[in-house]
Parts: sequence; structure tokens; C-alpha cells
Amino acid sequence: MTEQKEDDVCQPGELVTDNRFKRQWVKLKRNKAALAGGMLIIVYVLSAFFAPVIFPGNPSAPNLIKSLETPSVENLLGTDELGRSILGRIIYGSRISLLIAVGVVSVGMILGIPLGLVSGYYGGKIDFIIQRITDTMLAFPGFLLALALVAVLGVGLRNTVISIGISMVPLYIRLVRGCVLSVRAEDYVEAAKAVGTRDIAILIRHILPNVMVPITVQTSLSMGMAILFAAGLGFLGIGVQPPTPEWGAMLGSARSYLFNAPHVATFPGIAIFLAVLSFNLLGDGLRDALDPRFRI
Amino acid sequence: MLNYLIKRLISTIPVLLGISLLLFFMLRMLPGDPAQVLAGQMASPEDIENIRHQLGLDRPIYEQYATYLSRLVRFDLGLSARTQNPVIDEIWARLPNTLLLAVVAIMLACLFGIPAGIISAVRPYSWLDYLVTMSALFGISMPVFWLGLMLVVVFSVVLKWLPAGGTGSWQHVILPSITLAALVIAFIARMTRSTMLETLSQDFTTTARSKGLTEKIVIIKHALRNALIPIITVVGLQFGLLLGGAVLTETVFAWPGLGRLIVDSILARDYPVIQGAILIFGLLYIFVNLVVDFIYAFVDPRIRYD
Repeated sequence: MTEQKEDDVCQPGELVTDNRFKRQWVKLKRNKAALAGGMLIIVYVLSAFFAPVIFPGNPSAPNLIKSLETPSVENLLGTDELGRSILGRIIYGSRISLLIAVGVVSVGMILGIPLGLVSGYYGGKIDFIIQRITDTMLAFPGFLLALALVAVLGVGLRNTVISIGISMVPLYIRLVRGCVLSVRAEDYVEAAKAVGTRDIAILIRHILPNVMVPITVQTSLSMGMAILFAAGLGFLGIGVQPPTPEWGAMLGSARSYLFNAPHVATFPGIAIFLAVLSFNLLGDGLRDALDPRFRI
Repeated sequence: MLNYLIKRLISTIPVLLGISLLLFFMLRMLPGDPAQVLAGQMASPEDIENIRHQLGLDRPIYEQYATYLSRLVRFDLGLSARTQNPVIDEIWARLPNTLLLAVVAIMLACLFGIPAGIISAVRPYSWLDYLVTMSALFGISMPVFWLGLMLVVVFSVVLKWLPAGGTGSWQHVILPSITLAALVIAFIARMTRSTMLETLSQDFTTTARSKGLTEKIVIIKHALRNALIPIITVVGLQFGLLLGGAVLTETVFAWPGLGRLIVDSILARDYPVIQGAILIFGLLYIFVNLVVDFIYAFVDPRIRYD
């Protein structure tokens, strides 16, 4: 549930060349923390993709004889209260968490980017209205906003994605609007206007490319935040519902067995922590590599 | 100064109106008939009709909003669907518990976060700096509720030093407030580090050093004092984070606060309480940021507001 600070990383007038990409790639590769984050994300993606291969069988099928077993060779991370393999549920859980992360940033971007572009480019009344709505949404701390939306929409995977996604929208609006304001008065925008290019073409061809860098950074950080929020909702019992193997919901049910089986609450938390950490590391690394102000 | 305060107060009005609109439409956004939702599945058509009339749902929408707003101003938030008590009473009963946690957590966060950030900035790229920045990143990435559960495992289950949940004594406050503070410590440490790095490289710091002042005085009286304003701002903003975190922390520790009330109400579909509690959270957040802005104006004599 991190509140993002606005980063003014949009630089007008940079030419996109092979050379620039190469330079950024070199810089990203040198950043060991970002590299570690990226590799961890790949591990999560692979485990989500190959879950049925790594863990054959149904991760939600109960096996009460093996309930609350401690880690062993057979069950590396032990079993939960219904005797299900915790490792298996964590592996399948990476599918849910990555799905949520991608869904949430998609909602945030689909709504936030156009609104931010319009707000910054046209200014005036429309900007005023969009900004007052943004202010109102930002008056609620992000997680509370998601909570309020869940209260209206109801629980479940789809509503979790929509609620958290909408709570991310104001972040994208602010970010994009700020960048648009900084490039709106550039010569190439004025030139495009002068030759009679339509607004929509100016927005997509000339302004949007300049906003892509901060959006990329924001998206990486937002994905971490989305996983954290979704796990929080799952933990409270108002997110993804059991028996779906969602990490937060796993922790929610593990709470009842803290005294006799603390391992049940330990591992799903580590899975959430590492996933969020890897997106944050990658986001920070991307910021350093893509931001022209920190050139090597 | 007074001028600024008034301007700043007026600027919150659109946001307050926005919040009231948002909450007003919250009930109307529910799938189906709000009266049916409030009355529950077992209600008879007459009950639903009564509730509809009681809520004024049979009147035009602008009239409904006006009534809603006038009741809101008088803090008349309606009755809880579960307990039939006035919502405002339910909130007053829980609010002090949440505030206690929040205040202790903020104090802990400043107590640890600011010195950690200073140490980090004074010795940049040293092992201490790496330790602080990595810990801060870990703190930001860690689910608060999981940290809470792990603290319970260590301090209540294994060591048996502290209670695992509930209220009643000062011991009950320790684990929830540490849990809540962890995230905020991380943010404050990060912010302190970056602003201190900036002020430490400014000319006035060099001047102070060349005058022969001790490093301690240079750091505290010259660099820190100038770095304080952004730090205070961040503390205010993190208060929102704290409120969000309170919902989770209170659930972990069965702490009878406002956050827990929201979750229970969502689970019970008690909409008047959800609306009321979210409104109070929003107001608290706005209020704290107002106070922070006032402190800001007070602390920095360079800033003139007219």
C-alpha cells in the first residue's frame, strides 16, 4: 500500500534511437538489485505458467489426514489445515497474483492515461473537473478506496481487480497530466498543431511517447502495490475467496492456527513479500536506467 | 498567515463535497434496490417500502442529496443495519482505539525513521547506508498483516512475552503499533535520507563547516533543520497509509478500532456503518494534512502566503 510520489522523469524532445536503448539496457544490467528483481519476476511468471507441470494435482483438493503437517521431504513447506500442500498452493497462487497485477494496471492505464492526456492537453474546464475528481479519490488512502469499492461491488477475483484498478487510476492521471504539461509547449507539438494535425494524432504520436518512461516505472511499482492490496483484501476475507489459492486468503485462514502451526502463516507471506520486492526493485532500477538525468 | 489558513480551509470544501457525493452514490451504485439491500433478504414488501420512504428514495435525486448533505453536516449518519445503534455512536466508541494506535505508531516511526535516514545520509554508500536503504525497501514491500502475524509467532507463541491480541493494558499496544509503524518508518527513513543528502551538499552547510562548527551541530542545526519541512510533509501523507494499514493491523490483533469496524461491516453488508466509517477516515486524513500544512507554514519563515 505504498503511496507513490510523483516523479518528474519525463524529458521532452529525446530522440528514441538504438543507441539510447543500448545505453539504458547496459545501465539496467549493471544495477544488480534491478536484475535480481527482474529474475525473480521471471521465476514467478514461469511457476505461474508451468504450475500444473511443477505441481501435478489439484492444489485445492483437501486431504484431511495430512492436516497441518510441518515441512518434510514429501511436502517441502508443510500442509495447511485441510492437508493441502502449501508449496503447491503458493505456486498456483502466483497465477492469481500475477493475473491480478496485470488486470489492475490494465484498468489503471486504460482509464488513467486517456484522462490524464485529455486533462493536461486541453486544460480549462475539463481539466478542472478531472482534477477535482482525482483530488477526491486521492483524499482516501489507496487501500481504503479499494476497500470502499469492494464494499459496493462485492467480493471475488473480478471485483478485486476492478476495485484496486480504480484506486490506481488517480495515480496514472496525475503522472500523465504532469508529463503532458511539461511537453505541451514544446516546439514539435506547436509545429504539429501549425500544420493542422488533429488533436488525437498529436496526443498519440507526439505526446504519448514522451509519457511512456514514467508510465513504465509507475506500472512496475503499481504491480507490486496491486499484489500487496489484493493480498490485504484476501486476508480480510473480502478479496479472492477460498478455496482459490490466493496468498492473502491463505494467510487469513492461517491466522487461526498461529499457535499450533505457525509455518502455515510463514510461507505465503514470504511469497507475497518477494513478489512485491521484485517489482519494487525492478521499478527503481527502471527509473534509474530510463531517466536521462541519471546518465552513466 | 491567517490569510493562508483561511485559503487552505476553503480549498478543502470541493474535496469534502466530492467525498460526500462519492459516498452518496455508493449506495445507489449497488446492484439492485438499496432499500432491498438494507432490509435484507427476508424483508416483506411493506418493510422495503417503509425503508424506501425512510431513506427518501421515493423523492427526486437532488432532493435526496440535499437531505443527505444536511444530515451529514450534523453528523447524523443514520442507524447501523446490524445493531440499530446510531452509526456515529459506533464510530465514537472505536475511534479512540484507532487514534491511539496511529499516534503511537507515528511517534515510533519518527523516532526510528528520522535517525536512520540521517545516519544513511551522513555516510552515503557505506554499509550502514546500504543497510538502511535495503531495510526501508524491505519494509515497503512487506505485507503489514504478515509482519503482524510473524511478530505474534515470535513474541506471543514462542517467547510468550506479549499478548497476541485484544486490548486492556499497555502491553497490548506494543505489537500492533510496531506492525503499523514498520511501513511508515521505511518511508520516513527514505525521505529523510534524500532530503538530508540534498541539504548536506548545500552552500550553507559548507559555510557552517568552514566556520569550524562541530559536525554534530552542522548536521542537526543546519542540515536537519532545513530538511525538516519535506519530512513533516511526508509524515502527514503517511498518516493515510497508516489508516489503510490500521484496517489490516486491527484485524490481525483483534483490536476494536475503526478499521476492524469497516471490515466487519463490509462482511455484514452494513452499508450505513461502512459509509460513516469511510467518511470519518477521509475527514481524519484531510484534517491531518491540514494540520501538516499549518505546521509547514509555521516552521518555515521563508514562505509567505498571500
